[in-house]
Amino acid sequence: MPETPGTPKTSGAEGPGALLSVRSLKVGFDTEKGPVRALFGVSFSVAPGETVGLVGESGCGKTVTALAVLRLLQTPPARIEGGEIFFRGEDLLPLPEKRMCDVRGKEISMIFQEPMTSLNPVLTVGEQVAEVFTAHGACGKREAADRAVEWLRKVRMPDPERRAREYPHQMSGGMRQRAMIATALALSPSLVIADEPTTALDVTIQAQIMELLQEMREQEKMAVLLITHDLGVVHDFADRTAIMYLGRIVEIAPTRKLFADPVHPYTQGLLASLPGRNRGEKRLPSIPGTVPDLSAVPPGCPFAPRCPFRQGAIRRYQSGTSAQDDLAICDRTDPSPSEYGPGHLAACHHQRSARGEGAR
Amino acid sequence: MNGHSMLRETLRRLSRNPLAVAGAAVVLFFCVLALFPWLVSSHDPNRIDILKILEPPSGAHPLGTDDLGRDVLARMLHGARISLSVGFVAESIAIGIGLVIGLLAGYYGGKVDSLLMRFVDIMLCFPTFFLILAVIAFIGPSIWNIMFIIGVTGWMGVARLVRAETLSLKERDFVAAARAQGAGTARILFRHILPNTLAPILVAATLGVAGAILVESGLSFLGIGVQPPTPSWGNILTAGKDNIEFAWWLSLFPGLAIFLTVLGYNLLGEGIRDAVDPRLKGR
Amino acid sequence: MLRYVVRRVLVSVPLLIGISLITFGVINMAPGGPIGISSDLNPKATAEYRERLKAYYGLDQPLYVQYGRWLGRMAVLDFGDSFSADGRKVWDKIRERILVTLSINVLSMALIFLVAVPLGIYSAVRKGSVFDRVATVTVFTGFAIPTFWLALLLMILFGVRLGWLPISGLVSLEYDTLPLAGKILDRAAHLVLPVFLMAFGGLAGISRYMRSTMLEVIRQDYIAAARSKGLPERAVVFRHAVRNALLPVITILGLSVPGLLGGSVIFETIFAIPGMGQLFFQGVMSRDYPLIMGILTIGAFLTLLGNILADVGYALADPRIKTERAG
Repeated sequence: MPETPGTPKTSGAEGPGALLSVRSLKVGFDTEKGPVRALFGVSFSVAPGETVGLVGESGCGKTVTALAVLRLLQTPPARIEGGEIFFRGEDLLPLPEKRMCDVRGKEISMIFQEPMTSLNPVLTVGEQVAEVFTAHGACGKREAADRAVEWLRKVRMPDPERRAREYPHQMSGGMRQRAMIATALALSPSLVIADEPTTALDVTIQAQIMELLQEMREQEKMAVLLITHDLGVVHDFADRTAIMYLGRIVEIAPTRKLFADPVHPYTQGLLASLPGRNRGEKRLPSIPGTVPDLSAVPPGCPFAPRCPFRQGAIRRYQSGTSAQDDLAICDRTDPSPSEYGPGHLAACHHQRSARGEGAR
Repeated sequence: MNGHSMLRETLRRLSRNPLAVAGAAVVLFFCVLALFPWLVSSHDPNRIDILKILEPPSGAHPLGTDDLGRDVLARMLHGARISLSVGFVAESIAIGIGLVIGLLAGYYGGKVDSLLMRFVDIMLCFPTFFLILAVIAFIGPSIWNIMFIIGVTGWMGVARLVRAETLSLKERDFVAAARAQGAGTARILFRHILPNTLAPILVAATLGVAGAILVESGLSFLGIGVQPPTPSWGNILTAGKDNIEFAWWLSLFPGLAIFLTVLGYNLLGEGIRDAVDPRLKGR
Repeated sequence: MLRYVVRRVLVSVPLLIGISLITFGVINMAPGGPIGISSDLNPKATAEYRERLKAYYGLDQPLYVQYGRWLGRMAVLDFGDSFSADGRKVWDKIRERILVTLSINVLSMALIFLVAVPLGIYSAVRKGSVFDRVATVTVFTGFAIPTFWLALLLMILFGVRLGWLPISGLVSLEYDTLPLAGKILDRAAHLVLPVFLMAFGGLAGISRYMRSTMLEVIRQDYIAAARSKGLPERAVVFRHAVRNALLPVITILGLSVPGLLGGSVIFETIFAIPGMGQLFFQGVMSRDYPLIMGILTIGAFLTLLGNILADVGYALADPRIKTERAG
């Protein structure tokens, strides 16, 4: 198996210089109906200062990946079943909890999807920002409060002194997300994981928040793992983009290359239904069929039931155009990624035979 | 949805829960003893023997004798019949009232609902035990009165439960379909809504019987429940309290019986809840 | 905040009227009204005592007039004269005993809070651990134990066998001769068993409730967010989770008032404590109707007050309500 995900053969960005390198990450959940796999060996990396987009429909495992990196998955029911998460060359998974606390917030921080529910309702916003300083012993309580106000000002919270004394419910979603961003950036971490940072916000606010993130990223020179279902957002912000489907990364490439030459039929479907590839469309387009339940993932390629290549092959075989079912392999084997250019990996049986392996 | 197979599925899940099975076994055990007391003891529960006052447990009297020389085991067996039937009848009354009020409030909504629910709120303001004692003071403590009083002061939880279920059920398609076919209110309520509320009611009823047995024993213990010479677990304990310094067996055994019965009903009730709706497990 | 309290009290007015209607109804539900009762408990229901009743309730008047007069007297805490030999005013009799009952209730509630909350927190944080399982079993046992029986067992153990604790009254016979420290110790010793037993029932329920609200809160996004800042688990639990989980528990504590009051009838009788519960029991035994109705009304009033206090406490603890009223 030459192309096992996670083997360092992949690309320049995944080399030893990577800031974060996730390798063959497998995560399962214990449910009422028995164990369910959520991640089937996810591999990707983020270089220092780089922005990597992680795109997929809801339920594909984007958030699980993010939480796993920070080791924030509730265990049980979640279970990390395999893989490594290297951060600055050190595997985070076996770290003692106390060391992990030093990483969280200081080295890697996270911006959550729902600003409405990810701020504690009984603490003032100022207290919640200041906490990140005191938790890491950066300074005393009083100074932390001052620095919190400074950061609220930096993220352009209106009237920061007053807002710091207010509770989350007194603020709009946009202001809360600004507070979350202030918290996440306060200690200038080298990596920020932004989990759908704008999904829950109004369209006008979304643009402002993305602009703010962009500006902060450049100012602080930090890497960003940007999780979204919005292809427009990754197009504008991400250096590289990974497409997730059913707990796997089906394609990863430099963003420009991915948009110009998508390999995986799922990626092609996503891009094809972007109207004029402009950013007006915020929802992921419809691809025929539905995402299978994670508890009943079929063997073979997870995308096969919705795949135009596979469906075409079945039609050709059934109508007698083709003497044999030339893509029967799709129903039997989960494809492993092949290379289609520098740093461009995709997992598709059809494309591997059509374009030839390692086509550069 | 097939009611029959759902019942079977529930029973299957119930039988896999060891605690629930143990609870059911305890409940069954006491029911059998209450129905056939002569299986265990041939003593007459009311035979007074002044020569055998307050004898500790022995071969002749396995659980000892009380302050009138009566056999404690025989009194407890006959007391089981009283305590269990009070619990059962009282809870049936409570379920009956709660069911009617809950169905009416949930189905009609609006003014009817708010009026009935305010009534529930008001009833909940009274410390139940105060209310029970006050009513007893007026109508006197007979077994039937005790059943009645515990019932009419204990229906509020059931009413709220049934109301909530009815509120959500009446919006469902099958109710709309029944209405479209010209089914009358009574038919919709009793044929379509009521059967679907049975599972939570069963849970409430099982836990409620336990509660009613506790209240009855408390009342009888205070001397304002089941009146001597009729034995009940509670009033045997009264004798235990009066002779606390010399006769531990009078205090220990009846209390243990109440404890085990209540525990049995509680375990069974919780088991039914988990079996009916596994999502609630562990809450 | 003040406006919130006022509004909360105003909302209770219909409930108060409902309470008075029901108390009034209880008197009239007896066959033949409040004086037509054939008595089992008190065979000495004499003609003279019927006359007293008749005069008190104004039974010659129509029902709504009777209710109006009853309500008017209730408003000034005039529950009439006790039927007992001393014939004193019911409110005077209640007043001299209510403090004893209230202080035992408050002590029990404090005990419930101090024990149940940490227990619930620890069970939730260590869900599935040996501690949690033992606590779960204990709670189940606690729910099923008849507390008056537990009272008997503890009296036998600590009072009779070990002789460590007094089992009757609030003070010892030689109380007056004791020095101050001795007096305090004497009172405390008398309170140990009653307060523990009163709290026992609530302990099981509230620790269970605290556990489930903690488990609920721990799943919230803001807890993951707090962890993502690198806060140590201790801070996540106590600073972020417990504060939120306590809010609903405040309400539940308020709702436990009627149970505690009911319990005081049993325990004050068992331990011969001269409180309102014992007075109520004596009233029931001697069919002292004015006294019974008086205490019933006071009990309902206290329950209502408990609910209001709980709501106000909740509002004070939850900034979402506090600031909403201020702004």
